[in-house]
Amino acid sequence: MLLTAPIIISFLTAIACFLARHDRVAQRWLSLLGSIALLIASFLLAAEVIRHGPIAAAMGGWLPPFGIVLVADLFAVSMVVISAIIAVTTTIYSFGEVTDGEERFGFHTLLHSLLAGGCGAFLTGDIFNLYVWFEVMLIASFGLLILGGRKEQIDGAVKYVVLNLISTIAFLTGIGLIYGATGTLNMAELRDAIPAIENDTVVLTTAVIFLFGFGVKAALFPVFFWLPASYHTPAVVVSSLFTALMTKVGVYALIRFFTLMYDTQMPQMQTMLLIIAAFTMVVGVLGAAAQNSIRRILAFHSVSQIGYILLGLAIFTPLALVGAIFFIIHHIVVKANLFLVGGVMTRLTGSEDLAKIGGLWRRTPWLAVLFLLPALSLAGLPPFFGFWAKLVVIQASFEADAYLYGFIALFVGLLTMYSMSKIWMEGFWKAHPNPSGAAALSLSRNELALLVAPIVLLTVATTALGLFASPFFDIAVQAAAQLTETDAYVRAVLGTLP
Amino acid sequence: MEPALAILIGVIVAASLYLMLSGNMVRFLFGLVLLSNAANLVIFVGGRLTYAAPPLVPEGLYAPVGVVANALPQALVLTAIVIGFGLLAFALVLVHRAYQVLGTVEGDDMRVAEPRADKG
Repeated sequence: MLLTAPIIISFLTAIACFLARHDRVAQRWLSLLGSIALLIASFLLAAEVIRHGPIAAAMGGWLPPFGIVLVADLFAVSMVVISAIIAVTTTIYSFGEVTDGEERFGFHTLLHSLLAGGCGAFLTGDIFNLYVWFEVMLIASFGLLILGGRKEQIDGAVKYVVLNLISTIAFLTGIGLIYGATGTLNMAELRDAIPAIENDTVVLTTAVIFLFGFGVKAALFPVFFWLPASYHTPAVVVSSLFTALMTKVGVYALIRFFTLMYDTQMPQMQTMLLIIAAFTMVVGVLGAAAQNSIRRILAFHSVSQIGYILLGLAIFTPLALVGAIFFIIHHIVVKANLFLVGGVMTRLTGSEDLAKIGGLWRRTPWLAVLFLLPALSLAGLPPFFGFWAKLVVIQASFEADAYLYGFIALFVGLLTMYSMSKIWMEGFWKAHPNPSGAAALSLSRNELALLVAPIVLLTVATTALGLFASPFFDIAVQAAAQLTETDAYVRAVLGTLP
Repeated sequence: MEPALAILIGVIVAASLYLMLSGNMVRFLFGLVLLSNAANLVIFVGGRLTYAAPPLVPEGLYAPVGVVANALPQALVLTAIVIGFGLLAFALVLVHRAYQVLGTVEGDDMRVAEPRADKG
């Protein structure tokens, strides 16, 4: 029951918001209520998993491997918790940004459908079911992306839709092939069924198809182009939500597939993952350095951060997986926050283009602080959470003798600092090129409270996670242990070990 | 029968790739239709083919008698067709809208979100 709660709550909220679409106030309350209920349900589920280890439930009374199972291990459940936190911040920020028309056209319905898809993808234990949840998320994200219908939104959406549709078809083809080779779709059964395939070509082919399919979703090099083409076009709150959840579902699926079912230690596979991770880190951060608009910098930079997560997966020592998990959580909290800060900067200065704005340090020093804390965390400075995330990944790569990749990660950290200081210098430090025009732009007290509250919430989370990292580190160690020692997962699903 | 279908899938994928690489969004959509059908065929063939043996359970029994067709791939393909249809409908409307708003269906000419002269 607890396992289905996050999905059911999100769907019910989506339906309720749809029914209340003509009443703006009711819709907002329902949406906020749904997000908070999701947060509570996810905390209860997390407590259950921390106490008992992985738990599973067969849907509709059809026992595995015939029916669909939902499974929650620590990694899955931490993703659900973090999604729920993002749900709350997104909902609050949207009250200050999303227009009446956009709400009438179903912003809240789409938001909660997307969350339902995300929670489903994190919790499912069946690969075809994972495909279905991906599609739920995808169609909701299409809607959010074009809501408002501005020219550049349509342009960005075309590229987003095109590349994501190809990736889901690749994923579907992979499912067909792996079903043909093993006769099962249940992830726990596939753990033993895939290594038992005698023909190596089948294993490697399907592995690469899945890598491509999830790689597009996760925005890995060289298939990330949809991300910088589209993330700066919709409402700021949608950018923030996408950067937190859309790519992470792809990364989550990659980690799930390549820890549970496929052996990352296959020599060709590991080399490929390492090279892709390195290119993703470098190309993303160089792309960010070349941009001059707040959200485009942040979008390109998201790509480089995915590289760190993949590096953790590719090295595949327990410590490296801890680093990957840390990095996912860190990136969700910090990047979602920076997009929101960027949104407030744009509202106060009238443009996203760094050449056209400035003077925010003098006008709103508190906003400067709220930008600086997550930005420093992103660059990996102690004592913030980002420091620990980066430290663990880099330490893991040095311990595994992958010195080259460790140094690339360090170097990319420096360039991150460059991108963040560019936003700082241009947006906050230098004077506004047109001071009289900028002064006219101000936000009402109410709007400001709605926009800044989620930013404060996420900044506090970043700082707290950094200062009191040790309990979270312990949880991440356990989560990584459940990823490498998969017996508990399989026992939770199948009841026994085969 | 399986090898023949495998070759057919290959031909369909080749045709769809040709269409998708043309850069014209309308052709791309046709390519996408073909590609999603190729994926459906992969699942269908992956379940192995049987001749004229529908998976029906005779009255009074709990399991079908003898060799029957695998029912699971049919269920999967049905789901995939429905989802694919929805996505395709969306993509079609989006391309139509893009033609209205941007005045082109050539992918290379869609530069509103990422202007060519972007000095940034």
